[in-house]
Amino acid sequence: MIALLLRDLRLAVRAGGGFGLGLAFFLIVIILVPFGVGPQVDLLTRIAPGILWVASLLAALLSLDRIFALDFEDGSLGLLATSPLPLEGAALMKALAHWITTGLPLTIVAPALGFLLSLASEAYSYLLLSLLLGTPALSMIGTFGAALTVGLRRGGLLLSLLVLPLYVPTLIFGAEAVRRGADGLDATGALILLGMITAGCFALLPFATAATLRMNLR
Amino acid sequence: MLRVTDVTCARGGIPVLSEVSFDVAAGQALVLRGPNGIGKTTLLRTLAGLQPALAGVVDADADDLAYASHADGIKTALSVTENLKFWADIYGNPVPDTIWEAFDLADLQDRIAGTLSAGQKRRLGLARLGVIGRKILFLDEPTVSLDGFSVKLFAKWLQNTHLAGGGIAVIATHIDLGIEAPELDLTPFKADLDIGGGTDEAFL
Repeated sequence: MIALLLRDLRLAVRAGGGFGLGLAFFLIVIILVPFGVGPQVDLLTRIAPGILWVASLLAALLSLDRIFALDFEDGSLGLLATSPLPLEGAALMKALAHWITTGLPLTIVAPALGFLLSLASEAYSYLLLSLLLGTPALSMIGTFGAALTVGLRRGGLLLSLLVLPLYVPTLIFGAEAVRRGADGLDATGALILLGMITAGCFALLPFATAATLRMNLR
Repeated sequence: MLRVTDVTCARGGIPVLSEVSFDVAAGQALVLRGPNGIGKTTLLRTLAGLQPALAGVVDADADDLAYASHADGIKTALSVTENLKFWADIYGNPVPDTIWEAFDLADLQDRIAGTLSAGQKRRLGLARLGVIGRKILFLDEPTVSLDGFSVKLFAKWLQNTHLAGGGIAVIATHIDLGIEAPELDLTPFKADLDIGGGTDEAFL
């Protein structure tokens, strides 16, 4: 399983792997918002948690269709399916590799971008914590979506339509945690729910992903 | 030992071959023949466990099976060594030193797989079979885009290393590999269109 994770990470950082694309997209979206909204610090402070979370969703979405599509095209997905590695494990490793290449870098740079949106100073720790808890769910749900659309020729757009609604609970509780942190309220409840969504995704979706892949490989 | 009994297999819900039966003993190969579209690939995918059979039994240990398709599963951004090492790791084996000579890859070890020619890629794809250490190989047109020399090289590896070590190979091919193997013509097993394959098949 580790071999698959290492290979995916290596592929991501090699030429054409797309590592950093999601991160660059995240940066640009966040930088565009103050231009669009104008120099109203109060307004920016108020919408910053939501903007940061929505931009994270979109950035995570960007590289989803590559998770299985490339392996499907060059035949390695079929070979993996007949290998001793269970497809459930492969799905988990794919999600983990996606998180390490998108979710984790997003989480790390998010506080710096929060500064651009003049996020309330109390909210930074909540922003970091909520992204750390929430972004793994984005990768796992996205991996499931990628498995659903793996054989389709223009699957990328369909994938976005399938996956974005599933991101809603993570978005709600993630942004809520940051907002409560910014307002000086107790955000524990939102963070616990966010963690539970992620835990639930990782408990169930590898199996759903593997079953979907088996069907699509026929 | 591989025993296939009355296997019926379908492609896209339509049965293509029905009641295929054969035995292959350890150290033996079997060559599947038949015109395009008869269902050689479908049969191999079914035997390898990538799709369920509509009927029949494949009697073999699932941990012995390996499948090689038209596509090689090569990552063009990785080097030749990294590609082989990956598959060796997935199967929990070391990469045997003899593999480089056996598939004439010694000079290409550090090359990025994307810069290889079609034939060289194919040799790399076939070399994967040598590192995974599986006993029963299902090979779908293994010699596509190989030149005469490479075909001989592959046949030599198959005969002297794989089969001599008690392995089994079921090969769908149109050319003469030059190995001692019985042939099975699939034409008599062509399925009648009215059997099997309901709409529930997708959920089996």
